[in-house]
Amino acid sequence: MTDLLNLLKQNARLSNEQLADMLGMTTEAVSAEIADLEKKGIICGYTTIINEELIEDTGEVEALIELRVTPKHDTGFDDVAKTIMLYDEVESVSLMSGKYDLALTVKGKSLKEVAMFVSQRLSAMDGVLATATSFVLKRYKDKNILIEGEEKDERSMVW
Amino acid sequence: MNYESILSQRVQNLKPSGIRRFFDLAATMEGVISLGVGEPDFSTPWSIRKEAINVLERKKIVYTANSGMMQLRESICKYLEKTVHTRYDPEHEIVVTVGGSEAIDIAIRAVVNPQDEVLVVEPAFVCYSPIVEMASGVAVPIPTKAENHFKLTAQELREKITDKTKMLVLPYPNNPTGAIMTREDLEEIAEVLRGTDIMVLSDEIYSEMTYGKKHCSIVEIDGMRERTILVNGFSKAFAMTGWRLGYVCAPAPVIQQIVKIHQYIIMSSPTVSQYAAIEALENCEEDVKRMIKEYNLRRRYLVEAFNRIGMTCFNPEGAFYVFPSIQKTGMTSEEFCEKLLEEEKVAVVPGDAFGASGEGFVRVSYAYSLKHLMTAIERITHFLENHGVKP
Repeated sequence: MTDLLNLLKQNARLSNEQLADMLGMTTEAVSAEIADLEKKGIICGYTTIINEELIEDTGEVEALIELRVTPKHDTGFDDVAKTIMLYDEVESVSLMSGKYDLALTVKGKSLKEVAMFVSQRLSAMDGVLATATSFVLKRYKDKNILIEGEEKDERSMVW
Repeated sequence: MNYESILSQRVQNLKPSGIRRFFDLAATMEGVISLGVGEPDFSTPWSIRKEAINVLERKKIVYTANSGMMQLRESICKYLEKTVHTRYDPEHEIVVTVGGSEAIDIAIRAVVNPQDEVLVVEPAFVCYSPIVEMASGVAVPIPTKAENHFKLTAQELREKITDKTKMLVLPYPNNPTGAIMTREDLEEIAEVLRGTDIMVLSDEIYSEMTYGKKHCSIVEIDGMRERTILVNGFSKAFAMTGWRLGYVCAPAPVIQQIVKIHQYIIMSSPTVSQYAAIEALENCEEDVKRMIKEYNLRRRYLVEAFNRIGMTCFNPEGAFYVFPSIQKTGMTSEEFCEKLLEEEKVAVVPGDAFGASGEGFVRVSYAYSLKHLMTAIERITHFLENHGVKP
């Protein structure tokens, strides 16, 4: 991965000027490279990591759902995955190696809502063999950013 | 009791560390953003820590040989052959020390006779002159200049040499300026020293931290190995400050004397750290590269940012400090640092703490996350605007 992508991964709000300084490039070169990465679909979007526990009344729950799926003869897992990803409740969909096939993260307003989504939408879907739902209780770190407990600088000012 | 009359006059005459008062003040304030620390912000690479844990679990932690574990000395010699293309005999030409600090101390003590003059390039880390004084020598500063990017020139060196000159302390890559000496720069210095009896103490603790150019040691220059005491260590390169491990290399007759001091005052360096250091040298090249890359991003960011806001700054090619000028503010280094701390809660170190020639500059460490540095720059920008400094 390029240095530019690595920096944006850590903080997508760095200005082009700051990026240019850090990378020893011109601001124009940085903005051209970002435009190119966006055009090529390498950069798909920019998002924010939020510690939802600090927001009152978000009332959202998040679950990891493991899905076992019968692959289709010609399209494998793609058909099911592409159907699932169209639901707004579904935050991410990945094809996995190992004991199950698809891993989803799903968000809902309550445990019940997520449970209903799983039983009525996912389980009922053609090709879905089994589901296993685990609710997220607490997030400590996300996208390499610490959410729970910032690192403390233990160094004393000696020299 | 009248301690003043009891305690060693020589120790009492040592100047207390110039920035202590300032750091103490910063420590009492809430919400201070510090750019003052001189040690890596990275954790020691995991494999090094794991090796130490293994050793604690499985080995008896006993003294090692006075000079350090043979396997470690061999690893260091291999490392030096690779990095500064110079061979040292692990048996007779190296001592593993308690940090670079001990190495500096015993190297100076092994060489200096009373009244000998030791030339100390300035600005520099604060320990050299007090150690020279403790050894009954006379520290003679050689001020370097911003217009030369704080490199030592042959001319400046020649002007300070007298018939009492015993040693030159050459601390590059430099703390606090970030200056480095290239092979060409060192050739000039070697030209002055060859044929004299002046020894060089080359403190290369920041040798891994150069940007764009590889570090060159004075021991690589013709005729210099025999008159040079090389000091290095694990603190900066491998983010191992608290492990307290360094080393000193020199021709056998010099080490023969150095090791005597070491065995009387230290016995042997920390054993767990020695095992860990072997792991560092054998398997952590990638970790070092990763850290250097990150330092370099920060360095470039700070240099550009300072130059943009009116604190002119040459491009420092080593260590993890930038040394911007504060001349446009019309303040002294000390005033600047005190006001910046009071008004914006940012702590940087006044340049004159590293010798008179550092006046008009401040030391800014980039052993901090980019996020931290960006907040600091915002505050410093605000400070300069309030004091009418134009870019």
